[in-house]
Amino acid sequence: MAVEQPMHTAVTPSGDQTRIHDIGYRGYDGPRLGRAYARRSLYSQSLRGAYGLGRSAKSKVLPMLLFAVMCVPAAIMVAVAVATKAHELPVSYTRYAIVMQAVISLYVASQAPQSVSRDLRFKTVPLYFSRPIETADYVQAKFAALASALFVLTGAPLLVMYAGALLSKMGFAHQTKEFAQGLVSVALLSLLFAGLGLVIAAVTPRRGFGIAAVIAVMTISYGAVTTLQAIANVQNSTGAIPWIGLFSPVTLIDGVQSAFLGATTRAPGGIDPSTGQGMVYVLAVLGLIAGCYGLLIRRYKKVGL
Amino acid sequence: MVWITTVEDVTVIATESLSKRFTRVTALDRLSVDIGPGVTGLVGANGAGKSTLIKILLGLSPATEGRAEVLGLDVAAKGAAIRERVGYMPEHDCLPPDVSATEFVVHMARMSGLPPTAARERTADTLRHVGLYEERYRPIGGYSTGMKQRVKLAQALVHDPQLVFLDEPTNGLDPVGRDEMLGLIRRIHTDFGISVLVTSHLLGELERTCDHVVVIDGGKLLRSSSTTDFTQTTTTLAIEVTDSDDHPDGTRAVRDAFHARGVDTHDEGGGLPGAGHILLLTAPGEETYDLVRDVVADLGLGLVRMEQRRHHISEVFTHSDEQRKEAVGHGG
Repeated sequence: MAVEQPMHTAVTPSGDQTRIHDIGYRGYDGPRLGRAYARRSLYSQSLRGAYGLGRSAKSKVLPMLLFAVMCVPAAIMVAVAVATKAHELPVSYTRYAIVMQAVISLYVASQAPQSVSRDLRFKTVPLYFSRPIETADYVQAKFAALASALFVLTGAPLLVMYAGALLSKMGFAHQTKEFAQGLVSVALLSLLFAGLGLVIAAVTPRRGFGIAAVIAVMTISYGAVTTLQAIANVQNSTGAIPWIGLFSPVTLIDGVQSAFLGATTRAPGGIDPSTGQGMVYVLAVLGLIAGCYGLLIRRYKKVGL
Repeated sequence: MVWITTVEDVTVIATESLSKRFTRVTALDRLSVDIGPGVTGLVGANGAGKSTLIKILLGLSPATEGRAEVLGLDVAAKGAAIRERVGYMPEHDCLPPDVSATEFVVHMARMSGLPPTAARERTADTLRHVGLYEERYRPIGGYSTGMKQRVKLAQALVHDPQLVFLDEPTNGLDPVGRDEMLGLIRRIHTDFGISVLVTSHLLGELERTCDHVVVIDGGKLLRSSSTTDFTQTTTTLAIEVTDSDDHPDGTRAVRDAFHARGVDTHDEGGGLPGAGHILLLTAPGEETYDLVRDVVADLGLGLVRMEQRRHHISEVFTHSDEQRKEAVGHGG
């Protein structure tokens, strides 16, 4: 006698349950959010990646460590200032990033290559450009992400100092003005360092070379410039000091902020650039940022597919 | 705008005297071809212009001359719109080893414009459809070549395109992996309803998979026709007979009998076990079947097998297109 069998026997608990073969294909009718959305997604993914978020535990170590190294001195300064009831922070907002320039350079050297070299090395770039996203979107997202990451790195200690200064009642208006000047300065610094770091890193698909090259450019140029400035100072040709400062990213930022943002220069001799020289500095910084962007666009036009 | 890719005679890809010249090389030379829905094989030797054609069709490389349309959109003007509706699987490795397949494909789905939740759902679906299960949570660095090819395919399908370009998807795969990949490519059209343009330098592997084959060489169109045109121009019969006491070698007896009647036969090649017992003969029409029956019956042998064999595309080229033999000699 025929026994009615159920049409679909239930999946038995034993056996390979992970293999589900008979699920039909479903299409996608939902929204397609296009280029701007893809660019934003790439930006947030790259920004998170610059602090190792969404990546392996190992890749969180260095950026987080450098972030801590940036913030701890600010916290100590604030603690000391509050405890001693000082009327002024020991280091000004604008000076902090210049003092910590080695840490910032190290951060750029480690994160710029991870941001762009991986895509080049593993040839993932063509997958982006076979989608609605275009060269400019990719470059803008990567540039903005690294600049934002740097702004977080350099801005956070300023925020700590500002909060500390307000807590110890150092004068709201004065502190706010200096804090704002400091933020403008580190914003420029972030854009400049991000641009230089990315241009250097995007040349090579090898991450190690990228790291070495960024460190070399940042520290060697700073070392060479300050040495030359010291020599010029000793030889009493102080007029040359501001011009020499144009040739390293750190001294460029130093020049801009000592001309326009109420900072005192760290250059040997302590002569602030004149307004005219300051304009040259500003133009040099903006020109470098724009030049880096242009070079990146050119670079990715070549590697796309 | 509405695309009707299910209608048979709609053109998915159309090119019109499309040329691409570099300073020293002409990659495409006045290529005019219309490609309909379904699975289309693009065959050519390395350097025949296959990848250049895909780049132009994706709107990423301007043509020197001529024009091309993909899904009814002009490649020069509507590149971004095309890339939203098309998937691309490159020939080379393109996967970062330190992320999992899921993370990678989700990211690529978002780059195609899918919102975060949809990107996750589509990724899970697509990876399952290409045959990646638990391993999709492990870093790609530990995958086999076959699994990596599946991830590459998944990223091309994750945004549910209307057309995918697959550049040498069977490269580097062993025979089993090759068959699985070809089966998967077939399913992309039959089950998913997505048209496929698949390139290969091996003509042979495309005949089972493709509805249509376009052969290019030196940037020129050599031939464009449906796979059935390639393989059904003539029918080959394969027959196998028993041996008897009168005819200890039945196959030879049948062969001699055919030759006596002026019918050409040839042995099945390949040196496989049992291959020597199978005779192949060309059947121009119905009467050949009667002839086989009569010959075998007259000899008092048993007919074990009589079946139609389809020509391999490469045979069509080597036998009936002598002048084209050299150009597609790379076919496998």
